[in-house]
Amino acid sequence: MNLFGIIEEIEKVDPEFKEKISPRRDAIKNMTSFGSKVAIAALPFAIGSIFKKAYGVASTSDIVGVLNFALTLEHLEAAFYNQGMGTSGLVTDASYISPIKDDENNHVTFLTGVITSLGATPVAANANGYDFTAGGTFPTVFSDYGTFLAVAETLEDTGVRAYKGQAGTLIGNQTVLTAALSIHAVEARHASAIRYLRSTKGVAIKPWIVSTATNSNDTGISAVDANYGGSTPENSVSVGGVDVTTLPSIQSSSSTSIAVASAAFDEPLTTNEVLALVKPFIK
Amino acid sequence: MKTETELNKNNVNMARRSFLRYAGAGVAGVGLMAAASSCHKDHPVQPSTGAIPLGTGDTGILNYAYALEQLEAAFYTQVVLTPYSGIPSAELSLLTDIRDHEVLHREFFKAALKTSAIQALTPNFSKIDFTSRASVLTYAKAFEDLGVTAYDGVAYKIQNVAYLAIAGSIVSVEARHAALIGNLLQSGNFVSSDQVTASNGLNISNDPKTVLATANTFLSAKTQVSASF
Repeated sequence: MNLFGIIEEIEKVDPEFKEKISPRRDAIKNMTSFGSKVAIAALPFAIGSIFKKAYGVASTSDIVGVLNFALTLEHLEAAFYNQGMGTSGLVTDASYISPIKDDENNHVTFLTGVITSLGATPVAANANGYDFTAGGTFPTVFSDYGTFLAVAETLEDTGVRAYKGQAGTLIGNQTVLTAALSIHAVEARHASAIRYLRSTKGVAIKPWIVSTATNSNDTGISAVDANYGGSTPENSVSVGGVDVTTLPSIQSSSSTSIAVASAAFDEPLTTNEVLALVKPFIK
Repeated sequence: MKTETELNKNNVNMARRSFLRYAGAGVAGVGLMAAASSCHKDHPVQPSTGAIPLGTGDTGILNYAYALEQLEAAFYTQVVLTPYSGIPSAELSLLTDIRDHEVLHREFFKAALKTSAIQALTPNFSKIDFTSRASVLTYAKAFEDLGVTAYDGVAYKIQNVAYLAIAGSIVSVEARHAALIGNLLQSGNFVSSDQVTASNGLNISNDPKTVLATANTFLSAKTQVSASF
């Protein structure tokens, strides 16, 4: 394999390639010494990392990993709404819950199809089913509509945060990033709708997540604090290194309230944070 | 009319070919040239005469977001300043919240872009009847839906992962707004078929050219914008 031959080929179509793999023009020299130290067998991996740095392209296995992670969550959500809509007398707002149920089932079908088209194996729904009482935390989830909506709200808000946390892995990928963000937006629409529906039933909640400086969770259900917390909790006010509470608002030329700052920017969850949150729902 | 399903199917097939190229990057140099050449500037948008150029690369994309947020902030500022007659207090409160979010989005991009920021744009809302609930909410839905499709449609062109994260943290808030406005117009209308493809449950997305063709109709002739990405 001729590493430098490949790089020259790329330069013919992308003169900025060297700049992309290193900010310094002479960086290619570094690769000479780097290459000499790397065993030939390891070169494919080294080249893979170079391309990832240059074009931000994730490997197929990375992408399948994200898609199967998403599919795992969609199985859970679809099962939740299928059971809810299948429980006689539970859902009194089918105009809200029915389209959400359809969307989640369509997400399952869509992701399954994409993963299959990549030649990979889509994860199946959990063989033992799901426990939407979350180990007894929500014992009336399918008998009390208010509880059902509260769990739905948390699942949707968590789904939004979960997709958001995967975007970086998909950077630069027109098809998969766009599809993932398109699902992400629909989950956010669901979250907004469930929250609005709850507000019409007397629950003090907004369609967006309004945190305080000390509490990210605005649902009033402390059992789901972790769904609004994590390494970048919903009450984070640092956006791209800017403390957005120091920015002008209608009310002040030099500050923005924590309520507005937290609601105007949703925050991500990492893969491991999400998996820990859904674990109680998996039988 | 080509359906969204067909479009997505095609995209998936295209993606598969791209993945194979990348997956085989260590052993097959042949496909790389095609893959590399397809990474940039695939659909250049010709700037219209006199329009304000948004810039190139990530700066251009941030200015694109800044332009859209300026538009939204100006719209809701007017809505709250001159609320339609008989607006319920809960509805005014929600629209005020949205105004504050959009103002913060605008101020954030202005602060982040510093000297690279485009100028303040002058909106032209002459077609909107701010005394009419139906008019205000219809245009609110149009702005929010446009914002969601804009962020989602441009995201793959963002090169800096930190900027991608910012776009992600804003677009879901715009989607929350869009759903709320949809519900205010008609209860249960939060994933309307004009925005979410019923067959796969995916929100539609739009490229900058499509988005700006609409956005520019709400800007004064002297402060319309053009994208080269």
